[in-house]
Amino acid sequence: MKTASKPAALPPAALGVPEVPRSAGRRTGGPWRRRLADQSRAYAFLLGGLLCFALFSWYPAIRAVVIAFQKYTPGSGGEWVGTANFTRVFHDPEFTAAWRNTFTFTLLALLIGFAVPFVTALVLNELRHAKAFFRVVVYLPVMIPPVVSALLWKWFYDPGAGLANEALRFVHLPTSNWSNGADTALVSLVIVATWANLGGTVLIYLAALQSIPGELYEAAELDGANLWQRIRHVTIPQTRFIILMLMLLQIIATMQVFTEPFVITGGGPENATVTVLYLIYKYAFLYNDFGGACALSVMLLVLLSAFSALYLRLTRSGGEDS
Amino acid sequence: MSTRTLISPLALARPRGKAVYWTVFTGVVLLFALAFLFPVYWMVTGAMKSPDEVTRTPPTLVPQRWSVSGYTDAWDLMDLPTHLWNTVVQATGAWILQLVFCTAAAYALSKLKPAFGKLILGGILATLMVPAQALVVPKYLTVADLPLIHTSLLNDPLGIWLPAVANAFNLYLLKRFFDQIPRDVLEAAEIDGAGRLRTLWSIVLPMSRPVLGVVSIFALVAVWQDFLWPLMVFSDTDKQPISVALVQLSQNIQLTVLIAAMVIASIPMVVMFLVFQRHIIAGISAGSTKG
Repeated sequence: MKTASKPAALPPAALGVPEVPRSAGRRTGGPWRRRLADQSRAYAFLLGGLLCFALFSWYPAIRAVVIAFQKYTPGSGGEWVGTANFTRVFHDPEFTAAWRNTFTFTLLALLIGFAVPFVTALVLNELRHAKAFFRVVVYLPVMIPPVVSALLWKWFYDPGAGLANEALRFVHLPTSNWSNGADTALVSLVIVATWANLGGTVLIYLAALQSIPGELYEAAELDGANLWQRIRHVTIPQTRFIILMLMLLQIIATMQVFTEPFVITGGGPENATVTVLYLIYKYAFLYNDFGGACALSVMLLVLLSAFSALYLRLTRSGGEDS
Repeated sequence: MSTRTLISPLALARPRGKAVYWTVFTGVVLLFALAFLFPVYWMVTGAMKSPDEVTRTPPTLVPQRWSVSGYTDAWDLMDLPTHLWNTVVQATGAWILQLVFCTAAAYALSKLKPAFGKLILGGILATLMVPAQALVVPKYLTVADLPLIHTSLLNDPLGIWLPAVANAFNLYLLKRFFDQIPRDVLEAAEIDGAGRLRTLWSIVLPMSRPVLGVVSIFALVAVWQDFLWPLMVFSDTDKQPISVALVQLSQNIQLTVLIAAMVIASIPMVVMFLVFQRHIIAGISAGSTKG
């Protein structure tokens, strides 16, 4: 992102005189008073943003930890209960189901959600025509509100008039229960999530593929490398860093999945699609158990923060080998 | 524009290469049309079928009789004007507040050297590490009863607007951009007698148009697409944005009407995407090359 800077805004006299002291002649008073004035001005600019971060990011993070150890009733505050919330949540049969589902969902989303966009980007990068068309079309589902995609696929998965089973019948395959079957529900949701989010990943992979120097392919070809070998020894090593980044981001995003199970399956059938975030929602708004909800939030938070820390470390130290 | 990719231009120029290329090209066009355009077509036309045609098996590819009553019913029965208006209010407010407060804060952190600036920036960046969705419940409790002033922002657009300002990603994007503006430019303006606000308004912001565009799109899309947070904030049906209303009303409404409402709910973002597609796609692609 570069802008043409506007030299017109510069008074010609100032260009040659960078050593003029800052804000000379504008302010009077001692250095202390000047610094105070500078600081109060700086904080006037910061205030609004700072207040919002304090209220809606920092304070809730602290509160999650506090309420996790409390019995909390909105309006009347909390009383300390030690680790009772954690033990109660642990013994909830839905707890195991939610974590199992979330991990399975993340794993499946990683397998499908890596392979499909990577191969798509690989193929798109070779096509020399209608480039803009492909990019727009692949990104279109991302712009459709997630709620609409979820409702749309719920309709596709409908056992009666659903398009998914119609398509299977059309090619003479046995029909499936899709999101209504206990063992197919989770995969069905992964398909929805992949369809809806594929576009962004494809565009990022495409940008990464375009940054691979062409000479590498030429050299590999001179060495007699075939197509598969070129992918294995040039494309993948060259994009390894971006692949790793996107995978971590995907883990963090899919572990917080909520909309698809909430809209399509309602957590069912037989708890097959209850996710951790869904369980947090249930504890807070169905059971009115805010302590339990916060205990779960803290667990999710600790786990995901570990992934985030890994991501940040890699982005800091990475770069040079990308 | 002919950078070398996986397949050499030489191989593509050969008759066999050409044949393979056009086969793959046609295949990809068909696959993309089927995977991404057909669902949209199915949704748009599904809403135009009659209620019993839409549930018929095997389904009809083209509506037997085109009717817009699905759309008009959705508009009236589901009270879409109210919900669309709510969404517009929520998204616009969040966008404006984010532009004002994030820009000001980013400018201060980048150029005004506030005391503890490093610490504040660290605190802001730390929120990037903490996944937002995992904190919705304590955030909800905070919004329901703000500390010190004990006011509730539930069922109030402020409940969307103010938390939206705490967007570390957008703030960081802006700060990084401001960092690249040379000091001399700002100092020159100051020597000319421009105050801080004036410098920001007439020098920094005009130079930052591209990044402001990116931040604006991110801000608008985020609010328009959000579901869990507005679901918590708005229990009052009249105040719900379209995403929440769609799900709440989806249980007991005729399928064609629901599908029509889904199409209507998608139009604003899809239109915005088609208008700004070049910028949006360039923005996403550029984001990846940054480490």
